[in-house]
Amino acid sequence: MSSSEALLRLEGITKTFGGIVALEDVDFEVKAGEVHALIGENGAGKSTLMKIATGVHSADRGRLLWKGRPVKLQTPRDAHRLGIRMVHQELMLIPQLSIGENIFLGRPPSRRAVFSWVQWNEIYERARRLLQGLGHDLDPRRPAGELSVAEQQLVEIARALAFEAELLILDEPTSPLSEPEAERLFQTIAQLRARGMGVIYITHRMPEIYRIADRVTVLRDGRRVLTKSISETSAEELVRAMVGRELTEYFPEREPRAIGEPRLRVEGLTAPGRFYDITFTVHHGEIVGLAGLVGAGRTELVEALFGAREYTSGKIFIEGRPVTIRTPADAIRHGMALVTDDRKAKGLIPMASVQVNLILPVQARVAHLGFLVNTRAERHLTERLLSELRVKTPSAHHPVMFLSGGNQQKVILARWLAMHPRIFLMDEPTRGIDVGAKMEIYELIRRLAAQGTAILLVSSELEELRHLADRILVMHRGRIVGELQREEATDDRILYLATGGEG
Amino acid sequence: MNRETSSAMADIGRILRPDLVLPLLRRFGPLLALLLMSGALTILSPHFLTFENVLNVFRQSAVNALLALGQLLVIITAGIDLSVGSILGLCCVLAALLLKAGMPASAAIAATLAIGTALGMTNGLLFTKLRLPHPFIPTLGMMNVARGLALVLSGGFPISELPEDFRFWGAGALGGIPMPVIIVLIVYALFHLFLTRTTIGRDIYAIGGNKQAALLSGIPVDRRLITVYALSGGLAALGAIILAGRMNSGFPLAGVGAELDAIAAVIIGGASFFGGVGTVWGTLVGALIMGVLRNGLNLLDVSAYWQTTVIGVVIVIAVWVDVLRQRALERRRVFRK
Repeated sequence: MSSSEALLRLEGITKTFGGIVALEDVDFEVKAGEVHALIGENGAGKSTLMKIATGVHSADRGRLLWKGRPVKLQTPRDAHRLGIRMVHQELMLIPQLSIGENIFLGRPPSRRAVFSWVQWNEIYERARRLLQGLGHDLDPRRPAGELSVAEQQLVEIARALAFEAELLILDEPTSPLSEPEAERLFQTIAQLRARGMGVIYITHRMPEIYRIADRVTVLRDGRRVLTKSISETSAEELVRAMVGRELTEYFPEREPRAIGEPRLRVEGLTAPGRFYDITFTVHHGEIVGLAGLVGAGRTELVEALFGAREYTSGKIFIEGRPVTIRTPADAIRHGMALVTDDRKAKGLIPMASVQVNLILPVQARVAHLGFLVNTRAERHLTERLLSELRVKTPSAHHPVMFLSGGNQQKVILARWLAMHPRIFLMDEPTRGIDVGAKMEIYELIRRLAAQGTAILLVSSELEELRHLADRILVMHRGRIVGELQREEATDDRILYLATGGEG
Repeated sequence: MNRETSSAMADIGRILRPDLVLPLLRRFGPLLALLLMSGALTILSPHFLTFENVLNVFRQSAVNALLALGQLLVIITAGIDLSVGSILGLCCVLAALLLKAGMPASAAIAATLAIGTALGMTNGLLFTKLRLPHPFIPTLGMMNVARGLALVLSGGFPISELPEDFRFWGAGALGGIPMPVIIVLIVYALFHLFLTRTTIGRDIYAIGGNKQAALLSGIPVDRRLITVYALSGGLAALGAIILAGRMNSGFPLAGVGAELDAIAAVIIGGASFFGGVGTVWGTLVGALIMGVLRNGLNLLDVSAYWQTTVIGVVIVIAVWVDVLRQRALERRRVFRK
C-alpha cells in the first residue's frame, strides 16, 4: 500500500479569503485503498482544503494531481467526473423522493442518449444491488425522508458508488450516529477500502482515528503540522499538534474577583436529541466557560435557558427561586441576556440602523407610558453606549450591516448592557471578529464579572475559555462530561473530554 | 492632516451615498411617479385637475386605501393577508343585516368593526398558534370562509336601502369634503403615529426585519403578529362601512379581488415583500397612483380592460425596482467586506 501511487495529491495549496489566509502551502495526499484521517480544530482549514479537493473553491497557489496527472477543478461537477465524491455533514437527500431516485439523481440510467422514459425498474434494481453490496437491505422504493440519519448516510455512500467514485470524503460522519450505527459505518468504510477506494475521513474524535484510519494529517491555523502513519503516533501527540502553543499575550493577568452566591442554577435540564440532564450553577461575578465541539449541544442549551427553545424536563433557578422561562421576554424579565452565536441570523436586523438595532430590547423600557417611543432618551442612550463601547460607525443612523463584524458584535453587546443583565449568556461572542475588537470584548466580559454579573461563556476557542473562565464545563454529545477548575484546565484536557475521552 | 481629513470625508461620502440615495428613492420615488402621472394627465385631459375630479379620485381610492393600510402592516412583518376582500364583503352584508334588524347605526358600526377585527385576529391566531407554515394559508382559508358566509347570510342578493345616518359615513360630506376622504386621512394619520411613535409599531418593523432577532430581543412576536392581522381585519370592516354606505347596500360580492389591489398599492408605495420596510404615506401614494391610473385612463376613454393590464405592468415594475435596490445593497455589503 505504501508504495502505490497517490490517488489524489494536493501540493503547496494556498488559499486566502479577503486577505485572511485560510490555507498556506498545504500538502495532502490519499492513496487508493487508504483511509486518511484529516483532523484539526474548528477553523484550522479542513473544510477549505476539502472544498478545493471537490472543486467548490480553487486554490490561489498549488496544484492538484489525480493519479499522477495535474488536473484543474473549476466546479464540483469536474470533481464528480474524476470520481471524487463528498458526503457532507448536512445530508443532501431529497426527502420526498425515493431512495433509488436519490441515488441516481442527476444521472438516471437511460437506454438512449437523447430521450428516454424514466427506467424505474432499472433504477430500483441497481439501487438494491448497490445497497446490498454495502451489506444493507433497504427497499429502494421507500422515500428517503423515512430513513434514519445512518441509513441516509448509507444512501449517500451508495450514490457515490453509483457514480463510480474512487475517492470518498466523509465529513464528521459519526457525529449524528449512535455507537452501533457508527460501528456499522466503520465496517462499510473498511469494505470500501478493501475494494481499493480512497477515503478521506474528517473527524474530531480521537478514538475513531485509531479505529479506522491508516494515516492521519493534522491542520492548524491553515498549515499542515503533521502527517504520520497511525501506528507511529499517539493521541497525545495528535492533540498537541492540533492545539499548538501561542497567543498567550492577548490575555492580561487576571485580577482576583469576588465570587458570590449562586445566581443561575440549572438542574437536570433535558431536551431529547439536543442535551440531557444538564446540571450546573453560575455564581455572582463568576465566568463559567462551556466547551465542546460543534454539535455538542451548547447553543441548544443556552438558547433553551433563554426561552428560545423548548426543553422537556429540568428546573431553572435564579437567585435560588425556581423560574418558568417560556419565551425570551420571560428570560429578559428575569435579568438574563443572550449574545447569539450567529449575528446575522439571530442577532441583527441587517438593513435597520445602528440605533434601531441597539435599542431593540430596551425600547419599551425607555418609552413614555411604556409604549410611546421616547426619541430623546433613545438618542442619548445610543450615544452613550456607542462611545462607551467605542463602536466605529459613521452615524447612529447607518445601516448596521455595513459595520465590521467586530463593531456589529459591539452593537449587540451594547444592546444588552443597557438592560443591566444579572445573568449574561454569551454564545461565541468573539466569533469572526478582529483581534482588536476581541480584546475589547474580553475586557468588557471581565468588567461585567467584576461588577457581579454571572456569565456563561460558550466558546470554541480554548485559549479564550482558559483565560476568561473561572471554571470550564465540557459538553460532549449533549451531556456535561466534565468540569475543570481554572488551574487544571489545559487545552489537552478540555479537548480530551470534548472528544469523548473519560474524565 | 488636511489631506487626511479630506480623504476621510471622501470615504464617508462614498460610504454614505448609496445608503442615503436608495432610501430617498424608495421614500419619494412613488410620490414622484404620482406627480409625473398627474402632470401628464393634466396636460392630456382638461377634466383631470378639477376640484371635483380630484375629490372623486380620493373618494374612489378610499376603500382600497383602508385595505392597503392593513395590508401594509402585514407586509411589513413579511406576511400577506389574502382575506381582506372577503372580510370586506362579509362585513358589508353583516352591517346591512344588523341595520335591517333595527339596530341603530352607531351600534351596527361598532359591531361590524368588532367582527372584522375578530376575523383578522383569527387569521393571526391560526398563523401563530397552529404554526401554519405561512400566513398565505390561514388567510386563504379565511378568504373562502368569509366569502362563503357573506353569500350564505345574504342568500346571494344585495341588501339595499340602508338608513340615512349609516349612509352618511360612506356617502356624506363635511364642509364639502366627502366622509370617506376625511376618514382615510384621520386613520392614516393615526396609523402613521402608531407605526413610527409607539413601541408596538417599531416591533412590527423589527419582526419583519429579522423575526429571530426580534424574538431573542424579547419582543412578543406572536402577540404582535396577532395584533397586526386583527388590525388588518378591522380596517377591512371600516372599508365595508364606507362601501356599504356609499352603495346604499350590503353586497355579498363586494371586494372580490380587492385584496390584490391592496397588495398592489402597498408594493407600489415602496414597501418590501421581504418585510421590514414600508411607510403609511407611501401606501397612501400607492393607493392614489392606482386611483389616478384608473381615473386617468377613464378620462382618456381607455377601456376598463386596459386599466387592469396597465396596473399589472406597474406592479411588476414597482417590485422590480425593489429587487434592484435590494441587489444594490447586497453588492454594497459584499464590496465592503
